[in-house]
Amino acid sequence: MGEKVLMKGNEAIAEAAIRAGCMHYFGYPITPQTEVAAYMSKRMPKVGGVFLQAESEIAAINMVIGVAATGKRVMTSSSSPGISLKGEGISYLAGCDLPAVVVNVQRGGPGLGGIQPSQADYWQTTRGGGHGDYHNIVLAPASVQEMASLTVRGFDLADKYRMVVMILADGTMGQMMEPVEIDNIEPLKVEKPWALTGTGMKRKPNIVNSLYLKPNELEKTNFDRYKKYTKIAETEALAEEYLMEDAEICVTAFGITSRVAKNAIKEARAQGIKVGMIRPITLWPFPKSTYMKHADQCKAFISVEMNMGQMIEDVQLAIECKKPVTLCNRTGGMIPKPEEILAKIKEVGGVK
Amino acid sequence: MAVVFSKPHSLTDKSLHYCPGCTHGIIHRLVAEVIDELEIEGDTIGVASVGCSVMAYDYFNVDFVQAAHGRAPAVATGVKRSDPSKIVFTYQGDGDLAAIGTAETVHAAARRENITIIFINNAIYGMTGGQMAPTTLPGMVTQTSPYGRDVEAVGFPIKICELLSNIEGATYLERVTVNNVANVKKAKRAIKKAFQNQVEGKGFSLIEVVSTCPTNWGLSPQKSLEFIETDMLPAYPLGVYKDITGEEK
Repeated sequence: MGEKVLMKGNEAIAEAAIRAGCMHYFGYPITPQTEVAAYMSKRMPKVGGVFLQAESEIAAINMVIGVAATGKRVMTSSSSPGISLKGEGISYLAGCDLPAVVVNVQRGGPGLGGIQPSQADYWQTTRGGGHGDYHNIVLAPASVQEMASLTVRGFDLADKYRMVVMILADGTMGQMMEPVEIDNIEPLKVEKPWALTGTGMKRKPNIVNSLYLKPNELEKTNFDRYKKYTKIAETEALAEEYLMEDAEICVTAFGITSRVAKNAIKEARAQGIKVGMIRPITLWPFPKSTYMKHADQCKAFISVEMNMGQMIEDVQLAIECKKPVTLCNRTGGMIPKPEEILAKIKEVGGVK
Repeated sequence: MAVVFSKPHSLTDKSLHYCPGCTHGIIHRLVAEVIDELEIEGDTIGVASVGCSVMAYDYFNVDFVQAAHGRAPAVATGVKRSDPSKIVFTYQGDGDLAAIGTAETVHAAARRENITIIFINNAIYGMTGGQMAPTTLPGMVTQTSPYGRDVEAVGFPIKICELLSNIEGATYLERVTVNNVANVKKAKRAIKKAFQNQVEGKGFSLIEVVSTCPTNWGLSPQKSLEFIETDMLPAYPLGVYKDITGEEK
C-alpha cells in the first residue's frame, strides 16, 4: 500500500509522472495548469530530472520531441490556448511515431476565452488537434486519484503504441484537492531500438522523421498507423458504468461533469426514475461497445458537457442513432448544477 | 598507394540533391570532416530543419531527427538535455532560423544551450522556389519581392550574428563564407571550434555561413560566388562576433 496524501489535481499529475519514470518536463505558465510546472520545478532537481521553462508552448512541445526521440519518457502540460500552440508539435510527434504525454487542463474558449473550467477542447483533442491523419489516445480523469493513475497509464500506453497520450482534464480537476494514493509504480518496460542514442559506430543511423516526399510511401505509413489505431480501438477503450443495469435513461459525461451528474442521478433514483450513467474514461478510442450494449435497453441518452455539444456526436455514432440523444450543457467556464441535470432527466423521462 | 583524399566517414554515399553551384555540399563536407577529426561520429545527433537541407538526415552518417520549421534549436535542446554526453548540432537555413524560428534561436542562445548551430545564409528561401527571406538584401528581386526588397514596406535584413552578440548566453558566434579556398579553410576552422566548444561544455556556438543560391538568384555558379564578394559580404561582414571561450578558465 502506498501513502495517502492530499494533493491538487495538477500536483498529482506531476508527481505521478515522476513516479512513472518521466525525468524530463518542459512547460510554460498558463492558468489553470501552472501548478504542474511549479511542482516540477521543485521536484525535478531533487530526483535528478530536468525541468525547463520554455520560451513558448511551441518550444516546449519541440523540446518534448527532442527527448522523445532519444527514447526517454517526457511530458508537457498546458491549458487550451497553449494546447493550440502545441498542435504543430503534436502532429509531428504523431508523424514521427514518438511517445509522449501531453496534459490539457482545459479552460473556456475560443480565443483567450476565460480561466474557468471547460470541456470545449473535446473535438480538438479526440480528432488529433494538429494537421494530418492521426489520433491521440485521450484519457479523461474524473478525480484527483485518476489524475495520477491515468497519467501513469498514459506513459505506458504512449510507449506501448509509440504515440501521444493526452490527459484531458479541466480547471476543476487541476485545482481541486482530494486524497490520492500513488503506489509504487512499475513502469512498463518497452524496448526502443529506434531511439537516437548515437550510433556508437556500431549500427546504421536511426532517423526520426515525418517527411515522405513520395505519396505512396506516405500513404503506406498512414495505412500502417491506422492499423495500429484499429487495434487500440479494439483493446484499450475504457468506460465506467454507473447504475446502468436497469437504466431506461442513460446520462453520459466525462471528467468533472460526471461527478455532478452522479449527484443528479442519485436524486432522480430517489424519485423513482431509472437512470444510470456511462462515463467514458478513454475519449479516444471512444468506448462505443459500452454504449451499444445499452442502446436497446435505454429509451433516451443525455450528454452532459461543458461545451456547446461535442461528445454528443460520438454518442450518436456509438448507438448508431438508435435513440434520441439530448444535450445538457453549460459553457464558457460555467459548471452545470445537479438541479439542471435532474431537470433534464425529468424532461427526457416525461416526469413532471 | 597512400590515400591523400577521401570522402569523410561521417558522410553517407547518397548523392546530394542540391542544385549545381549550391554551397550546401561544401558545408556538409566541412561539418563531416570536423565530426571525423574530433572522433565524435558515434556520439553525434543531428537535427535537420525545413528548407533545402531538410533531408540532411540522408547525408550524414549519424543519428538524426527532422524538426518542424524553425524549431530545430528547441528539438536540439530536448536531445541535449536528455543526454548531455551526446554532441548535438542543428543545420538550418535563413528562413528557418531567422524568420519562423527567431524565438527558438534567441532563447537557445540565452540559455547557453550546449549545442552547435550551422546557419546557412543565402538571403532567400530556396526550397519553395526563391521567396524573400529575412536576410534578403535591400532591393533584391525575389519571387515575393518582384520589384526588389523595399525596406520601407517590408523591413530590413536581420543580421543574426550581430543580433545574438547582444545575448549574454551566447558563447561563440562567427560569420564565414565558402566562396574561395581561403574562406573554405577559415569556415572549417570556425565549424571545428563550434563543435570543440560543445565537446568541452562551453555552450552555445553558432556559425553563420554566407552561401549561394544560383538557381533562385538567377546567376551562374561562378557569378554567385562573385555575388557573395560584391553584394553579400558588404551587408554581412565576416568575422568573430562573440567569443567568450578564452575568458572561461
